[in-house]
Amino acid sequence: MKHYQLVIIGGGSAGLAAAVSAYDNGVSDILILERDKELGGILQQCIHNGFGVHTFKQELSGPGFAERFIDLVNQKHITYKLNAMVIHLNDDKILEYVSPEEGYVVIKAGAIVLAMGCRERTRGAIAVPGYRPSGVWSAGTAQRYLNMEGFMVGKKIFILGSGDIGLIMARRLTLEGAEVKGVAEIMPYSNGLPRNIKQCLEDFDIPLFLSHTITKIDGLDRVSGVTIAQVDASMQPIEGTEKTFDVDTVLFSIGLIPENALSEEANIDMDPKTRGPKVDESYQTSLKGVFACGNVLHVHDLVDFVAEEGSKAGVAAAKYINEKLQSGSVIITIPKEGIGYIVPQRIQAINCDKTVELMFRVRKQYKNVELVIKKDDEVLRVIKKKHLAPAEMEKVILKASDVAECQHSLSIEVVEVAA
Amino acid sequence: MYDVVIIGAGINGGLLAQRLSKFDLKIALLEKDNDVANEATAANSAIIHSGHDPKTGTLKAKLNVRGNHLWEDVCKELSVDFIRNGAFVVAVNDEEKERLKELHEQAQERGVPSRILSREEAIELEPNLSDLVVEALDLPSTAIVSPWEVTIAAVEDAMNHGLELFLHSKVVKIDKKDGYFDVTTAKGVFQAKVVINAAGVYSDEIYAMVSNNSHYQITPRRGEYYVLDRAAKPVVSRTIYPLPSEKGKGVLVVPTIHDNILIGPNSDIISDKEGKDNTAAALAYVKEQVSKTVKNIPMHTIIRTYVGLRPSHLDYDFVIQEADDVKNFINLIGVDSPGLASAPAIAEYVEEIISKMIPLKAKTEPRTPRRPWIILNRMNPQEKQNMFEQDSKFGQMVCRCELVSEGEIIDVIHRNAGARTVKAVKRRVRAGAGRCQGGFCEPRVIAILARELNIKPTQVLLDADDSTILVGETKENLA
Amino acid sequence: MKKVEMICIVCPMSCRLVIDVDDAGAVLSVAGNSCNRGDIYARKELTNPTRMLTSTVKISGAIYDRLPVITSSDIPKGMMFEVMKALANVEVVAPVKANDIIVENVCDLGINIIASRSMERVN
Repeated sequence: MKHYQLVIIGGGSAGLAAAVSAYDNGVSDILILERDKELGGILQQCIHNGFGVHTFKQELSGPGFAERFIDLVNQKHITYKLNAMVIHLNDDKILEYVSPEEGYVVIKAGAIVLAMGCRERTRGAIAVPGYRPSGVWSAGTAQRYLNMEGFMVGKKIFILGSGDIGLIMARRLTLEGAEVKGVAEIMPYSNGLPRNIKQCLEDFDIPLFLSHTITKIDGLDRVSGVTIAQVDASMQPIEGTEKTFDVDTVLFSIGLIPENALSEEANIDMDPKTRGPKVDESYQTSLKGVFACGNVLHVHDLVDFVAEEGSKAGVAAAKYINEKLQSGSVIITIPKEGIGYIVPQRIQAINCDKTVELMFRVRKQYKNVELVIKKDDEVLRVIKKKHLAPAEMEKVILKASDVAECQHSLSIEVVEVAA
Repeated sequence: MYDVVIIGAGINGGLLAQRLSKFDLKIALLEKDNDVANEATAANSAIIHSGHDPKTGTLKAKLNVRGNHLWEDVCKELSVDFIRNGAFVVAVNDEEKERLKELHEQAQERGVPSRILSREEAIELEPNLSDLVVEALDLPSTAIVSPWEVTIAAVEDAMNHGLELFLHSKVVKIDKKDGYFDVTTAKGVFQAKVVINAAGVYSDEIYAMVSNNSHYQITPRRGEYYVLDRAAKPVVSRTIYPLPSEKGKGVLVVPTIHDNILIGPNSDIISDKEGKDNTAAALAYVKEQVSKTVKNIPMHTIIRTYVGLRPSHLDYDFVIQEADDVKNFINLIGVDSPGLASAPAIAEYVEEIISKMIPLKAKTEPRTPRRPWIILNRMNPQEKQNMFEQDSKFGQMVCRCELVSEGEIIDVIHRNAGARTVKAVKRRVRAGAGRCQGGFCEPRVIAILARELNIKPTQVLLDADDSTILVGETKENLA
Repeated sequence: MKKVEMICIVCPMSCRLVIDVDDAGAVLSVAGNSCNRGDIYARKELTNPTRMLTSTVKISGAIYDRLPVITSSDIPKGMMFEVMKALANVEVVAPVKANDIIVENVCDLGINIIASRSMERVN
């Protein structure tokens, strides 16, 4: 059985960043396993710009951002295999991958970085009533067809979900000659970047129906129409508010789910709130020597944060391989009032250099509130926030010394402030 | 001139064709859709019921019990999966105990193995039974199959031994001639000595093409289901039934051959024979009802819903007989539940009817067993590597969720009764049936179908003729 | 005088701008921006709105049949569909390097369409 010091599962933005930083930190025997025809992951189909504002101080397209990291991987001669899908992983860090070049190969890894990204939630998962015709896709699949395979999926489109993927596709399809009849969003506010509401919907007079959902898809063989209705406070359709649209395509942009089949197979502890592995300050999972970063750990909004996280995981994996990663007393992070989740879920102060970063998301939109960070139930810091939204991942940077003094937990909560 | 023309390639048409292919007969199987097993056969609970439930003295009772005995051998012969995982009928209050006892006695009278379990005994075996369950009827002979895989395998096996399959061949007219029939489809006219009407929800209309006296009327009963993702520890390992009612067997929790869980169905009489749309009301009903029998169902892992139309008719029982007024025309009408469980017995029963019409001479040549599906995911590493060495396409993974390779997809396109559409590929190798529902693999499946069938990607269909997937190339419609 | 509210689209920060505009439509002041680009954007958006355009063109001899492209600079908002039409029949041949000019001076706007990424030649 072949042995590699470090195996990185996934050659997208997280995996590439992890590979580069592991290499830069002294790991020479690295293998990236990528299931697609080329490196770059989902970035290759995100042809719009806006990527890399933090990392490169430029607004690159998705493929442009990917190329920067792919160039680094090639310059450093880091080994990667394409069309290579990892199909099994166990808790001995033995994995099986398959490729049309080599067939079925079982290898052992000294350390592993999980960077498998995420998949999209489907129409079936939310059980939308109606027929099950052709013409129904998640927005990302339609994006792949359009931008990489070179095919239009339909002529008259309705989109459910005002997250960025849905908004981007509304614009993309309109520019390619399709008619996008509307975007419905079940929440009373949009999930996507406000700039995208402007340049993807308002620019093209595409109506946005907030607090609406799809109640029926029509069409026995191919979509022939879609019905939407307003929803009440408990997200239930309100009778009498139905509107029907004559469309041949319905796209769903209703959420991303970290792709953790391998993590579950390896019995890695998962966080039901992120649907990704639980990790510590070094992005190490419950399985020693296995690290996680990027969308497989928790769904991100900005690729810059993904690359940063990947880099940190790569540094940690390098430390682990060089036996410099220590074990120490563990404190847990607790998401309290208003906070959906916190990554990392555990912290060992002994591995923290100067700072510790906590990434989290809130559960609903807030205006003019305070973020209260407590160390063992004692207030450590209060941050005033004008605006918080579930669609915008937040970061809090704490001093390692503060964390070192902590006995059992760090918590974050949202406190509403009197006007 | 065909000896037999079978109308409808569902489970009954398919198993019958396979049985008849063992005789020296010229047989045509006509199917209106673009694939076999495309209607009720693909949208039911997939259970081989024990036979405990149909009314005494009916054809349903007789053929269900017989069918249950025959199913395992049928699956072995066709090299398809069969799992006898058993079932419980659960009583959720003391009043139901009496009816449970009646079902138990009825099962015993028919030779169906059954046993009443106390709540404690039942919970020991199925810990997720709801808190309302007071007693359970254990029916260990109950099994599960994949109804469409069986049908596809049966038709493939029959075609390997001479059956002619005609897809996309809706029957529009049947003329009675002197000693034979002219069966007209879009593909041409088929002359047949014997016609078998196995047309499911359309069986009343097919019979009406030859008879003015038909008093049969199919009233489709719609059933809606949820499909749950596979889990490390499934919520139940047996099929769980509530007490049955006049509407049917009730909302069930059913493990499938492929480790999914089905929840459903409800039972609503509708008039539209193509009314296969899911409704919010029925889905809500199913969710609410199932909580009475089973708890801890991970409803957040739903991956899909579907609808099946039972070909029910106004009377209770199966109608499987030569038409009163038309010789050599055999009707299969009203074959709703337990139609699947009875299917091998129905085929045996119909063969008997045919034997009185035309001579059935057994073929003497030894029969070539059907080559099983290639399922790399079930092979050990050495077996997989051997397949890869034969063809490197077995090393190109296409469906991530179900771990299906390009080689396996190509194999099912080129077999007899092979896949021609995206849905047909899914039915045969599971690509697209997993948690991402084709989000990852559909573009790859389309490319493979286009290449193997020598058609353009824009010509690849999901299922029916109007189910185009890709409408054109990027920018085709711009200038 | 009136106040116009708009979202700045220059970068993902999406600052919420408040612009004071006089009766003749001239911009008096811009508030809410985090950087100077937001100020420039606000003034432009009210007088001569422009956008960046990204799309794909056909490519042969590469790993995929489509090459992602981008305008070298922002173009007048009203010209987006014209530029898209101009790309409809463009076909390039691999290899292509990132930032290669694919269409020069598209629609006479003095702006090029450039490759967003490199695509090697594959056989």
